[in-house]
Amino acid sequence: MATQHSRSAARFMISPAVILLLGWMLVPLIMTLYFSFLDYRPLRGIFDCCVGLENYSRFMGSSSFWDSVTTTLSMVGGILAITLVLGVLLSLLLDQPIWGQGIVRILVIAPFFVMPTVSALVWKNMFMNPVNGLLAYLWKFMGLQPIDWLSEMPLFSIIVIVSWQWLPFATLILLTAIQSLDSEQIEAAEMDGAGSLSRFVYIIMPHLARAITVVILIQTIFLLSIFAEIFVTTGGAFGTRTLTYLIYQRIIESQNIGLGSAGGIFAVILANILAIFLMRIVGKNLDA
Amino acid sequence: MARAVSTRKKTFYTIAAWAVGLIIFFPILWIFLTSFKTEAEAISDPPSFLFFDWTTENYGVVQERSNYVRFLWNSVILSLGSTVIGLIVAVPAAWAMAFVPGKRTKDVLMWMLSTKMLPAVGVLYPIVLIARYFGIYDSYLLLITVLMLINLPIIVWMLYTYFKEIPVDILEAARMDGATLRDEIIHVLTPMAIPGIASTLLLNVILAWNEAFWTLNLTTVNAAPLTAFIASYSSPEGLFYAKLSAASTMAIAPILILGWFSQKQLVRGLTFGAVK
Amino acid sequence: MKLKSLLMGATMLACMGPAALAETITIATVNNGDMIRMQGLTDDFTAKTGIDVEWVTLEENVLRQRVTTDISTKGGQFDIMTIGMYETPIWAKNDWLVALNDLPDSYDVNDILPAMRGGLSVDGTLYAAPFYGESSMIMYRTDLMEKAGLTMPDAPTWDFVADAARKMTDKGNEIYGVCLRGKAGWGENMAFLTAMSNSFGARWFDMDWNAQFDSDAWKKTLTFYLDLMNDAGPPGAANNGFNENLALFQQGKCGMWIDATVAASFVTNPKDSTVADKVGFALAPDAGLGKRGNWLWAWALAIPAGTQKEESAKKFIEWATSKDYLALVASKEGWANVPPGSRTSLYENPEYQKVPFAKMTLESINSADPTNPTVDPVPYIGVQFVAIPEFAGIATQVGQEFSAALAGQQTAEQALEKAQALTNEEMEAAGYK
Repeated sequence: MATQHSRSAARFMISPAVILLLGWMLVPLIMTLYFSFLDYRPLRGIFDCCVGLENYSRFMGSSSFWDSVTTTLSMVGGILAITLVLGVLLSLLLDQPIWGQGIVRILVIAPFFVMPTVSALVWKNMFMNPVNGLLAYLWKFMGLQPIDWLSEMPLFSIIVIVSWQWLPFATLILLTAIQSLDSEQIEAAEMDGAGSLSRFVYIIMPHLARAITVVILIQTIFLLSIFAEIFVTTGGAFGTRTLTYLIYQRIIESQNIGLGSAGGIFAVILANILAIFLMRIVGKNLDA
Repeated sequence: MARAVSTRKKTFYTIAAWAVGLIIFFPILWIFLTSFKTEAEAISDPPSFLFFDWTTENYGVVQERSNYVRFLWNSVILSLGSTVIGLIVAVPAAWAMAFVPGKRTKDVLMWMLSTKMLPAVGVLYPIVLIARYFGIYDSYLLLITVLMLINLPIIVWMLYTYFKEIPVDILEAARMDGATLRDEIIHVLTPMAIPGIASTLLLNVILAWNEAFWTLNLTTVNAAPLTAFIASYSSPEGLFYAKLSAASTMAIAPILILGWFSQKQLVRGLTFGAVK
Repeated sequence: MKLKSLLMGATMLACMGPAALAETITIATVNNGDMIRMQGLTDDFTAKTGIDVEWVTLEENVLRQRVTTDISTKGGQFDIMTIGMYETPIWAKNDWLVALNDLPDSYDVNDILPAMRGGLSVDGTLYAAPFYGESSMIMYRTDLMEKAGLTMPDAPTWDFVADAARKMTDKGNEIYGVCLRGKAGWGENMAFLTAMSNSFGARWFDMDWNAQFDSDAWKKTLTFYLDLMNDAGPPGAANNGFNENLALFQQGKCGMWIDATVAASFVTNPKDSTVADKVGFALAPDAGLGKRGNWLWAWALAIPAGTQKEESAKKFIEWATSKDYLALVASKEGWANVPPGSRTSLYENPEYQKVPFAKMTLESINSADPTNPTVDPVPYIGVQFVAIPEFAGIATQVGQEFSAALAGQQTAEQALEKAQALTNEEMEAAGYK
């Protein structure tokens, strides 16, 4: 089908993107790899080659490493769960006939346009603050003891903040998928006397499978590198230190570039394991 | 097609959808309202919703302290510049992947996506050192390049999934008619691809606009966008909710308005191949 | 080729043109009130010298991240950086800062408070000029103190403070006896707790750089702090830093607040503070061991080595930290808003002595001794920090453990145990042992 000519043309067209990304990936990666074998602590004026695998064993050996991996996974998992469940429900709701659908859709997608720093600052200070936050007033109004969100349930609070930002994205993709569903199919099912629950389980959910995998893939890519939300709210305290944040602490706060770079290499490996895992699922789903 | 829906059902759905929509939108509304309060009013107990003395003094203070227009201009240049250059690189690549798929196309695509998982902070020092070596710190060139590269995988992916849905038959027909590769792209493909390109453009402008790690760490003055503007208003000494709200409103309003006006275009191509 | 040289010429002209007319210096600073005021007064400097100023004003944590990365990679983005008493000696030892040893006589370098000058010098050479200096002290509500039937002495003990805090607390009306820092960070809760621990006879390291978190003194410090905060502190204290506590105090929700002396001008400013006329001041508490729980800090302006605009940068520092600048602020905003804690002459000025917190600020600053901060001898310099490069990283992690203890996620013993282990581990890796 495709001629030799068009093949080489295709290769030619792909190459700029591939070369750029290769450069973007390899140059910093090789430098990071190089740093990870150094004792590189600029504040002490130390730049010594080479300490072998010492940085790696130290980074892996500290108890904070495994904690941070678990924190990362539970944070990403939590956000995915919330955005997917709410996203499906919300897109089902928005698919119904309603007055002012356009405006409602605008309201729902708005959080996606808010900078992560801004949303973290606003949630932290204006909503979750136990004295001056709006949620505290709400709780007091209902006669309850205000919750100190960020220290009593820090991980959950961050998950809520990030979910708020990403729910619009999930909803939009799921909504487009639902709208592409053949309405005749649903009507036929209705005729057959299928209840709304079984319609949901047997028709809508299978149809959404692709959209869901796409949402998982894209969001995971972005969620693995969550930084601003943690930096602004808890600063990594109370068990909210993700792998990204731990590396930040090593590199910026401790100014131990060697150690932090070793952590960076680990993060790349972890991300790639996750990626391969995800790609398997998504790849399969997309081929179908 | 048209399912008969009782008015009662429609009323119920409308109320539910509006309620959910307003809850989701509420934080943004609250930022907006707070930006017109005095600092004391902003933390009053009980909180005042609409009935307070509206004041624009916070905007005045923010405007006096920082050169908002310059930050805004930089945000526009960086987000648009990086997206447009990203598209120039990505369109041919995605086109080739979609219409002349090779054995490894899928692998290349997946590999591209995986480059996005590099933890930014882990490569901060390498990038800073490279920037210093070439003397391009705090320049549009550096920031546009970096933002373009971090979003390139998403751009390629979005375009690829969109192009794949374009029926190949049309291209073959065009080829039969003796159309060259250039004709194919300009006259056949482009018109069909415009919606997908438009929504890719929009999504990536949003992503670049909100990117806060590189834009903060690689800029000082000349190329500093609105994320740096916000960093000078987050937690200063004293009461700051109202001023922070004013600054936040100024930082998110342009992109919010753009998003609202273009949401139809944005949504149309935002499928990532999720819809068959 | 012709075109290229033409272009190059044009570029060079474009670059040189403005430089010949007016040089522009770039200054990184923190978004504190005094700095924002300085930013507002830049025109005065430009009018005097013809030098333009670009400001990069950032929140404290972001600022630290930016300037540290910049200086350690020799990025050369700034001509002046705003740094603290912790960074100055470490950076100066790496030859990263321009020595400020040729300031003109009119600048009167001997007028700088000795404590500040000492903390910003290495081997007698000044490397950063203090823009403002601070110690910590107690700010308390005179009305609530009276209501509790107590009188605050000028130099209270921790027992008195704890007792008063518990008596002032009225949680039903959202009055909390004492607001203290709880937010994790070496410059947040650890600044307070390290200073506090000094007064309890604790120290970070012994003379052989062994961590001392397993000592009784640290245990006493932390339990005292946790008990006090649980009984008389505000909710969510584990996320409260300077700003959060300032907001609470200004709203009238704190009975006492032990924090930076610069806060005095904010809590007595009727524009922002609801309790402006009901604030009293006292020295930070002690525990009868001869050391008080107050710290010493300065925000100072330093010139990174390698800048092309050293002369202009020096001119700016001379302007911003001069006596004239203080007078300029006083003439525009009143004496209470002058950046405090940098010059002796300010405290000798009869006008300034009328400011209610002037005396207590000076006494607090003078009672802090960075070279001899603890009851037992230590190998380090610094009151609320240890002036070694590793400190910021270690103390932030320790601060997170203590903050988690305050949030009720672990006991004082567990927090101290973890702090001890991680500090020793880091110190060993850094080559101290």
